[in-house]
Amino acid sequence: MSEALTAAAPAHGRAAPTEWGSREMQGRLRRRYAAEQRFRLMGIGAFLVAAGFLVILLVTIVSAGWNSFRSAEVQVPVVLDPVTLGVAPDERDPERLARADFQAAVAESAARAGLPPFVVSDGGWLAVRERLASDPSLLGQTVPMWLTAQSHIDLLAKGAFDLESDESERAVSDLEVETFRALKAEGKLRLVLNRHFLFGADSVDPELAGIWGALKGSFLVLVVTLALSFPVGVFAAIYLEEFAPRNRWTDMVEVSINNLAAVPSIIFGLLGLAVFLNTFNMPRSAPVVGGLTLALMTLPVIVVSARAALKAVPPSIRDAALGVGASPVQVVFHHVLPLAFPGVLTGTIIGLARALGETAPLLMIGMRAFITSVPQGFTDPATVLPVQVFIWSDNVQRGFVEKTSGAIIVLLLFLLLMNSVAIFLRNRLEVRW
Amino acid sequence: MSVDMVNVAGREADAGRRPPKMTARDVHVWYGETHAIKGVSMDISMDDVTAFIGPSGCGKSTFLRCLNRMNDTIDGCRVEGRIELDGHDIHAPSMDVVQLRARVGMVFQKPNPFPKSIYENVAYGPRIHGLARSRADLDNVVEQSLRRSGLWDEVKDRLSASGTALSGGQQQRLCIARAIAVDPEVILMDEPASALDPIATAKIEELIDELRGRYAIVIVTHNMQQAARVSQKTAFFHLGSLVEYGNTRDIFTNPREVRTKDYITGRYG
Amino acid sequence: MPGWLMLAMVLVVAGAGFWLGQRRAAGFVAELGTRVGVVHSRPNHHGWFVAAAAFVPALVVIIVWAMVGDRVVGAAVEAELPPGTVPEGSLERVAFLADVKGVARGTFAAGFNPATEAAAAIWRAVEGRYSLLAGVAAVALALMGALWALTRLAPDFRARTRVEGLVMAVLILASTVAILTTLGIVISLVFESFRFFQLVPVTEFLFGTQWSPQIAMRADQIGQSGAFGAVPLFWGTIFIGAIIAMIVAVPLGLMTAIYLTQYAAPGFRAVAKPMLEVLAGVPTVVYGFFAALTVAPLVRDLGLWLASWFPLLDPDTVTAQSALAAGLVMGIMIIPFISSMADDALTAVPRAMRDGSLAMGATTSETIARVLVPAALPGIVGGVLLAVSRAIGETMIVVMAAGLAANLTLNPFDSVTTVTVQIVKLLTGDQEFDSPKTLSAFALGLALFLVTLMLNIYALSVVKRYREAYE
Repeated sequence: MSEALTAAAPAHGRAAPTEWGSREMQGRLRRRYAAEQRFRLMGIGAFLVAAGFLVILLVTIVSAGWNSFRSAEVQVPVVLDPVTLGVAPDERDPERLARADFQAAVAESAARAGLPPFVVSDGGWLAVRERLASDPSLLGQTVPMWLTAQSHIDLLAKGAFDLESDESERAVSDLEVETFRALKAEGKLRLVLNRHFLFGADSVDPELAGIWGALKGSFLVLVVTLALSFPVGVFAAIYLEEFAPRNRWTDMVEVSINNLAAVPSIIFGLLGLAVFLNTFNMPRSAPVVGGLTLALMTLPVIVVSARAALKAVPPSIRDAALGVGASPVQVVFHHVLPLAFPGVLTGTIIGLARALGETAPLLMIGMRAFITSVPQGFTDPATVLPVQVFIWSDNVQRGFVEKTSGAIIVLLLFLLLMNSVAIFLRNRLEVRW
Repeated sequence: MSVDMVNVAGREADAGRRPPKMTARDVHVWYGETHAIKGVSMDISMDDVTAFIGPSGCGKSTFLRCLNRMNDTIDGCRVEGRIELDGHDIHAPSMDVVQLRARVGMVFQKPNPFPKSIYENVAYGPRIHGLARSRADLDNVVEQSLRRSGLWDEVKDRLSASGTALSGGQQQRLCIARAIAVDPEVILMDEPASALDPIATAKIEELIDELRGRYAIVIVTHNMQQAARVSQKTAFFHLGSLVEYGNTRDIFTNPREVRTKDYITGRYG
Repeated sequence: MPGWLMLAMVLVVAGAGFWLGQRRAAGFVAELGTRVGVVHSRPNHHGWFVAAAAFVPALVVIIVWAMVGDRVVGAAVEAELPPGTVPEGSLERVAFLADVKGVARGTFAAGFNPATEAAAAIWRAVEGRYSLLAGVAAVALALMGALWALTRLAPDFRARTRVEGLVMAVLILASTVAILTTLGIVISLVFESFRFFQLVPVTEFLFGTQWSPQIAMRADQIGQSGAFGAVPLFWGTIFIGAIIAMIVAVPLGLMTAIYLTQYAAPGFRAVAKPMLEVLAGVPTVVYGFFAALTVAPLVRDLGLWLASWFPLLDPDTVTAQSALAAGLVMGIMIIPFISSMADDALTAVPRAMRDGSLAMGATTSETIARVLVPAALPGIVGGVLLAVSRAIGETMIVVMAAGLAANLTLNPFDSVTTVTVQIVKLLTGDQEFDSPKTLSAFALGLALFLVTLMLNIYALSVVKRYREAYE
């Protein structure tokens, strides 16, 4: 810039006044404006690239994943033959009916209807059991039922394959394609809401795999994380902000908190593995250990944001309460903390949202186990949503690609929800001074 | 200043007067290395409103905050010397600082109501100190305090409205009501009218006059007319020392010290 | 007696104590009046004092029981079983006792070892005996505490001061958790690393260029003795996190921040900043999936296309798990981080500086390039260092998109591996606890922790000094 201003004035000053209107200066000015324009475009370009990545990411995930919320069903005339089912012809006891051999009945019915074995899913019999439980009088009859289709038929129904290409270039065989076309022509194929995906746990079959188990695992983990990191974090923040004397010990605590906030998350996983699993012999893969580990990770986030919220409460409030004879503890718990609470809550939700998306530390403590049942308690083996995404993304079966994206959509929805709540709290409840 | 000057003030006391409520002897305050109060001694009586005057930074507010140990809340602040309330050392281990502050209430420069309802603002003190036995009792305390602070008629229909929604002058009277509600013996006021307009100031001054006799009142002010209007005793502080302390009339008409005279005639400050 | 029952009984005692203490103190008030100072503390404070005196010591007993109970019962069961029932060897012994406990509590249907059935009955009996003892001790202690506290109550007793002292102790305890966590990290990493370095020399780990941690499972297997030279991992980490990712993120992040702080209209900024925050809030596992599914094939195709033009690039080294794909996506992940750090640094530059330059007739871009950015440089550099620290500690993107092959290569289309990838691979799946393979993960963790720690401390001090300079 200094160059720009002095160049026109040769040597030392007074020789001749700068000819601002000269052709040379005008050209220079034009070039400078062009440079300005270029710089500005670079700026907006950089932002658009960053935002564009977000859009591409979301579009990729959503377009690949939304199909996991529906699934294909095939209509099969199911023969509820007591002999195949292995029950008495007039059996009405719900417990014994529930234990009947539905797999055999479904396999036989499918074969009788001329369906190849790759059409009905291994979990197709679940619908039959449900139906019979609700109406035991169907026993002995032949009932047309919609049964979950296998993954390839499912994918074909959703149009996931290019059917014009050569058989060797796609994952489905010509036989499967033909069967699919025949079923579709007969109107024996339909797409419905995917209950297995929404309400089931993991499975080896993509069409049966669900996120409910992982979702509940995430919930259990977050409950433990919240129960530990919230009180400890808020208490630590209160102590440091309101009571701690300035000394070496306090400095050490502050340095630890600031550094913990930036320690890679996988290190917390190593800590959890070495301390909780190997030293305290806590159960592997359990939500309680996952929650503990993530609580240690979330703690610094909560402490830092809670301190900021406490600091924002004006000192005059403290003076006022002290002035009528409230003790320092009363001042904090009656006045300062309630006023800072929206800010504390916002920080806590943001910390929890981070914990919800965290994967690496949970891999270290074994929460990647293949778990096909929904966890019932804090010590049951469990997995969490982001780890489920990781496990499915590793799976070579084609059907899991959409399941992975579907799980990501659910994960992102929950994160969006939590962040919206945090932003709402920040904007609505926070007292401005 | 000087113990003998206190004695001068003391000798003027007539027989009807009560013994001093608070006494300070040779009080020093340090903020870190800064010597903010240098050996101040003074008696504070129930019968008077005492005004502290002096230029900015002279230590009048600091000394005021010594009287209910609000300086304890400031890091690096050290108080020496003896301050007594009814003959009991307020720094003694047996003196609970929280109860001291209930007995020696305080009103601050800027109105600082809690962001709660008017009722809750006044009721807070009685609640934490357990001064009311029942809800009706508490209602009574709140009403009495608001009446005494002259705010009752203005707010009686909206006790559940937020204290921060009142005007500045009303807020300050609410703060005074809040201080009165715990039935203190001494009320310290740190420039209570400096943030208010003249009409609100006049109301506060009237209020101070009405409260005189029931409470020992100490008011810090940089407004000499105000000191002259509301107080019976005046203390002039300069550079951390108590230069002169005596009857307000005497200080303003016939100051003993030349620094006092210079200040009240506007030479500096 | 189960733990929850102990806790419940102690809570009942504490609750009763609270009520009695409160009643007692209310009596003082009724007798002496409500004036400040006559009765020191409020009835509630007296109540809390009694409750705390009952609860705290009993809670200590319950916590101790919860921590050592299983071990005590295990030892007692072992003593009661006929000799030879419990298998030799510490691991087998622990596993056997865990099975017995599981069967006794009904978590397992049956143990591997048939002896567990009989042992489980003994376990149940012994545990019943010992836990009853612990429960009785806890309740007795609670009762004693409450009674002692009740005798202390008096009008001038400072119950509030005591209760607040306890509150303060809890607050201080909470603030030490951060230090304990740091200590836990350091101790566990150092301890396990120390055991690793007893098996593998430090010099081999730090300077060796061969990384193949697979060790023969059986002693008689030949070959694959395991090599623990971590240099290829360090290089891979730096190549992806500190070079490729930063080449993507620094210019984009910085220009974004410049545009948003200097050019964008407030309305645009109000939309754009939350958008970047969304980008920052996307879990890394999502980026990893994006990298593996979408970016990696594109990068491989690009590599193959380039290889057909430049003979220098060997098509055999172009893989789907390229350093470039992982680094690119990591760069995208870091953009919002750098942008927000640069945003802070730029807004901290006093307005007067900017105005001074504009007043001389400089254009906005000249002002930015020659005045603002140089003035904000320490803050920006600090932010970039923090970003590097975050990138090299990032795990999921590289686990999902980068490879396992420990190559020392400059070719971005080739596969490299990183410290975090190896930690995950070494510690997931079955592991034996004393093998150098498992322990090496902790040594890698220690190296990662130390490097990120130093980067963070240095970067934070740079940023802090910069902020103070303009305050």
